[in-house]
Amino acid sequence: MSRAALEVRALAKTFTLHVQGGVELRVLTGVSLTVEPGECVILADPSGAGKSTLLRSIYGNYLVRDGQVLIRHRDRVVDMVGAPPRLVLDVRRHTLGYVSQFLRVIPRVPTEQVVAGTLRAQGVEPVAALRRARAVLARLGIPERLWTLSPVTFSGGEQQRVNVARVFVADYPIVLLDEPTASLDAASRLAVVELIREARRRGAAVLGIVHDAQVRAEVATRVRTLAGTEAA
Amino acid sequence: MSPAPDDHPLLAVRGLAKRYGAQAGCLDVGFDLWPGEVLGIVGESGSGKTTVLDCLSGRVTADGGRVAYAKADGSAVDVLRLDEAARRRLLRTEWGVVHQHAREGLRMGVSAGANVGERLMALGARHYGRVRGRALDWLARVEIDESRIDDLPETFSGGMQQRLQIARNLVTEPRLVLMDEPTGGLDVSVQARLLDLLRGLVEDLGLSAVIVTHDLAVARLLAHRLLVMRGGEVVESGLTDQVLDDPQHPYAQFLVSSVLQP
Repeated sequence: MSRAALEVRALAKTFTLHVQGGVELRVLTGVSLTVEPGECVILADPSGAGKSTLLRSIYGNYLVRDGQVLIRHRDRVVDMVGAPPRLVLDVRRHTLGYVSQFLRVIPRVPTEQVVAGTLRAQGVEPVAALRRARAVLARLGIPERLWTLSPVTFSGGEQQRVNVARVFVADYPIVLLDEPTASLDAASRLAVVELIREARRRGAAVLGIVHDAQVRAEVATRVRTLAGTEAA
Repeated sequence: MSPAPDDHPLLAVRGLAKRYGAQAGCLDVGFDLWPGEVLGIVGESGSGKTTVLDCLSGRVTADGGRVAYAKADGSAVDVLRLDEAARRRLLRTEWGVVHQHAREGLRMGVSAGANVGERLMALGARHYGRVRGRALDWLARVEIDESRIDDLPETFSGGMQQRLQIARNLVTEPRLVLMDEPTGGLDVSVQARLLDLLRGLVEDLGLSAVIVTHDLAVARLLAHRLLVMRGGEVVESGLTDQVLDDPQHPYAQFLVSSVLQP
């Protein structure tokens, strides 16, 4: 992995559903890909093909036994497959951001603190973290009167923007995106597109799932399938 | 804030075992706990999760195993082999224990302020004004109004008693806190408040914690890593979100699939 920020080699993922009679679901086999700094690679398979499973496997949310997930982290290369939990957490804290489709937060924690929490975990002092959190919330069009409220009661689109904010508030070298614009209006979509492009310009490696053709055209430097077929 | 990946574990537990007659309390339980890390132990009633905590705190005597603890002064001790005086001293200084029932962890006959100040005085603090000042400071941190400092815990609600117990334990800034169902039996809104408080304290003070809970949602929000126990044994361990979203062991899958959106 000479230049790559992220390299996946021959990754396979099978789920064994013990609760349902031990059914085996083979979702991914032999997935290999690389993402270099400044690239935005978009996965173009249809729904159900395993794109989200791949992102979760890269992030360590799903347990992988076959293959490698190599991440450039703190001037070395870490294989997330088989890495001890503490190392995975350190990679997540400093190197690998992930915009998921679900917002899970402690109730009662204000939105601006949820977003600032990403930076706090990286050691940024509280005042600066909060200032940057507010700036990214403003860019994403979250009304200021909501910043001090918990996002638990927000609408779907607002929660999604909080999810985007808590990742893009930091300068992660690698960003995974799972449908970051799915339930957003045009203005919010544009704001997310701008954040992705800025991240790319500062050298972030982006791997994402985006179904919206227009957004895809605006952010992608490369479109490919899980199997490796490059698309136009 | 972000512990370097290669220092030493704070606590290294190996082969921890406890039997109650023919009944296994816990069998061959082992784990490492790192500085700044929160470990959750989940399982159903009777899984042995509380037994593990009780063996660590010395509330029950383990039959076997080792619990190596790296003290603040750099020395290492086997907690299971400390004499009673040394163990009590450790529990008063570097460790804190938060019981499921706040009454077990509080002295119900003395005021809220005295409950918080007691650990400080046990460590040699003698200046009344300063002890009271620290107590007030901690009551504020756990969101108990300062006007209640002279009231008996008896007059507090369940949630307030639990927060008082937490203040009592954390006032001496312990390095390790053992918690047994810290949000158990509380109303949902009070639970949320306590979760917020605990998370903030863990982050601000950089303390390590072992939290026993049957509530997977609580575990998800507080713990970095999880152990899943059943019948006294650890059947699965790993990153919290990985264990909850992609459990491997049949029992762990059963446990996760049995609750509403953990």
